[in-house]
Amino acid sequence: MKPVLLSGGTLVDPSQKLNEPGDLLLIDGEIAGVGGSIEGPEDAEVIDCDGLIVSPGFIDVHCHLREPGREDVETIATGARAAAAGGFTAVCAMPNTDPVTDNQAAVGFIVRQAQRAAAARVYPIGAISLGQEGRVLAEFGEMVGAGAVAVSDDGKPVASAQLMRTALEYARTFRIPVIDHCEEPTLSEGGAMNEGIVSAQLGLKGIPAEAEEIMVIRDILLSRLTGGHVHLAHISTEGSVELIRWGKERGINVTAEACPHHLSLTDESVRGYDTNAKMNPPLRAAGDVEALCEAVKDGTIDLIATDHAPHHYDEKEREFADAPNGIVGLETALAVIVTNLVEKGDLTFSELVDRMACAPARIFKLPGGSLKRGAAADVTVFDPKLRWKVDPARFLSKGRNSPYSGMTLVGRAACTIVAGSVVYESGIPVRTRERQGRGSR
Amino acid sequence: MTGTLGKDLLGLESLTGDQIRLILDTAEPFKEISERAIKKVPALRGSTIVNLFFENSTRTRISFEFAEKRLSADTVNVSATGSSVSKGETLVDTARNLEAMRIDMVVIRHSASGAAKFLADRIQSNVINAGDGTHEHPTQGLLDILTLRDRFGDLKGRRVCICGDILHSRVARSNIWGLTKLGADVAVCGPRSLLPNAIDEFGVRIFDRIEEAIDWAEALNVLRLQFERMTAGYIPSAREYNRVFGISRERLDRAQRDILILHPGPMNRGVEIDSDVADGPHSVILDQVTNGVAVRMAVLYLLAGGKPELAEAAKGGGEAGRGGRRGRRGGGGDRE
Repeated sequence: MKPVLLSGGTLVDPSQKLNEPGDLLLIDGEIAGVGGSIEGPEDAEVIDCDGLIVSPGFIDVHCHLREPGREDVETIATGARAAAAGGFTAVCAMPNTDPVTDNQAAVGFIVRQAQRAAAARVYPIGAISLGQEGRVLAEFGEMVGAGAVAVSDDGKPVASAQLMRTALEYARTFRIPVIDHCEEPTLSEGGAMNEGIVSAQLGLKGIPAEAEEIMVIRDILLSRLTGGHVHLAHISTEGSVELIRWGKERGINVTAEACPHHLSLTDESVRGYDTNAKMNPPLRAAGDVEALCEAVKDGTIDLIATDHAPHHYDEKEREFADAPNGIVGLETALAVIVTNLVEKGDLTFSELVDRMACAPARIFKLPGGSLKRGAAADVTVFDPKLRWKVDPARFLSKGRNSPYSGMTLVGRAACTIVAGSVVYESGIPVRTRERQGRGSR
Repeated sequence: MTGTLGKDLLGLESLTGDQIRLILDTAEPFKEISERAIKKVPALRGSTIVNLFFENSTRTRISFEFAEKRLSADTVNVSATGSSVSKGETLVDTARNLEAMRIDMVVIRHSASGAAKFLADRIQSNVINAGDGTHEHPTQGLLDILTLRDRFGDLKGRRVCICGDILHSRVARSNIWGLTKLGADVAVCGPRSLLPNAIDEFGVRIFDRIEEAIDWAEALNVLRLQFERMTAGYIPSAREYNRVFGISRERLDRAQRDILILHPGPMNRGVEIDSDVADGPHSVILDQVTNGVAVRMAVLYLLAGGKPELAEAAKGGGEAGRGGRRGRRGGGGDRE
């Protein structure tokens, strides 16, 4: 493997409070030199990063890669390539596959498929319960031994408080987080969107914010009871933010994530019955979006995750109430955050890198998340100013279900490096980037 | 071409007050046709209309069919049972197949909110929403409003209360939009478990007790109570509903003034409305049914490109009203 020298970029790495121009040298899959002007070895591949930000690789702790079971909508290989194109050097794959990833053999399969893909790293998440049926605990120990980094029944809420309690207790042995999809199922049953004035006008059954918040506080209290680490997936409401803040102030072992779509869109997007605005939890009201953005800024929400959920075109092309939940997000996440938070002054690039790279590595105890010498050479190089129009037909993901289709967003990955190897480079040759970028404005 | 209403009638939310008045005014001359011995004019001769009913309906389907036939259109009824729909065909495929047969209009009734818009966005034919899920039922709203206008004249400031299951009622939504746009003072009354949580934001008055609603209202539009609401646990029983929210002679008498009674049908006598009220002197329930045909004729005529001022002439027997019907298919500009 050739050494790689990333030359002339701006290094943004909150793990060492770095935010200044400087070079970065990668040798043998590790960070070998950071900062200042570096004279690389003779054989180093030099990538000109003028005008670009060089940061620890982004890590998405929440995506659905659909393999095994729905290889027609995504595979681990296409998902890992889409991740790399979005600037992610690693993703965590949720276990709601078919069959469910609830045993060591299934976890091992994902690890092997990811190695074969040779794009972004893929870390499996195991199920909490066998078949995600909410009854019998899955074998956490064996799944962790095979490579699982967390457990979750995501897609389905853990309805039983007793099962959630046991999972939090049992997970402590393996030092892994238990991720919960917070949804009180009797309150949300049949719901297709956020409950509010828009659902009332459209005649669609709503899901109240309280369906999420009841489970958020339940999980926080169970974490207090057990000392287990609960990680709350895709938080969508202002009330949830307040409850998480309450838990953190008391030192309870709770962490939380928010998705780019919940930070940028409201339930107004559902008017017109666009099924690409349908996901679970649903798009909420403007006040929720505002509270979530503040929580990402102040750290109440620890990290940003995509909940990337590809669906077949035909499945989304139907009556709203019958369409499946979920949108693709890997290839738009960075741009949605830059456009909706950074450009509006709600978040700095340092904070963006922390929430998308450092915090996920720290909380899920994964390699990467830092450009310190000796760390894994997982690096994202992105153009913070590039404006581009979202065209789902050009996604590397098999999924096309994006609510951002046709929108012009700012910020895009230029180069993604995993363990010192370039796994993605944008089509624009690096040395002519500036001229091209200007031309497209 | 796009008529004064646009390509489709999907709901009253998207119409202006002037457009609603236009439909009502156009319905007036059409009322008379149904009173003739020969109840037919040639205004839509040569047009093909499909009545696509994915949900059971008697009244609305028959009313549309009469409206179409009295305008001389060729009509086909498709119901979900016994069609390719029951074999698992998707809505979009059903629509495309119908359109491939070169039809001019689709009247759709579907259990999913948004189904009419879904169809309208994907085919060039005019689409009329005959009820989509719990969203809107615009022609019912229009016929209710026409019936009120027959009695009240201008609806500005008139006090109309919609009673019952607002949460699941497409009729309620269309009435609220339409009446509000015409300046009426609109209220709702029903158990809170059957009102949308966000009802405060609809800009209507809310009465928790039917007695208060009756004290206030000049007209009550009494909605049908669906029996599945009891099994779903929204309210305990039909018996209690009648005792707390039922419209009875006794309750109306207490108001000591005439209150107009509307009901979109079919009625549950003895549940939401007592028989002596339904059959009483202030009930306009059958007028609603009569007006339904006229309103639907007006909507069909206007969507087909008929000129409102020529409705009178069209009624007379010529085809003068069919401005621009031909060549409509050619223009992609139909889509809005």
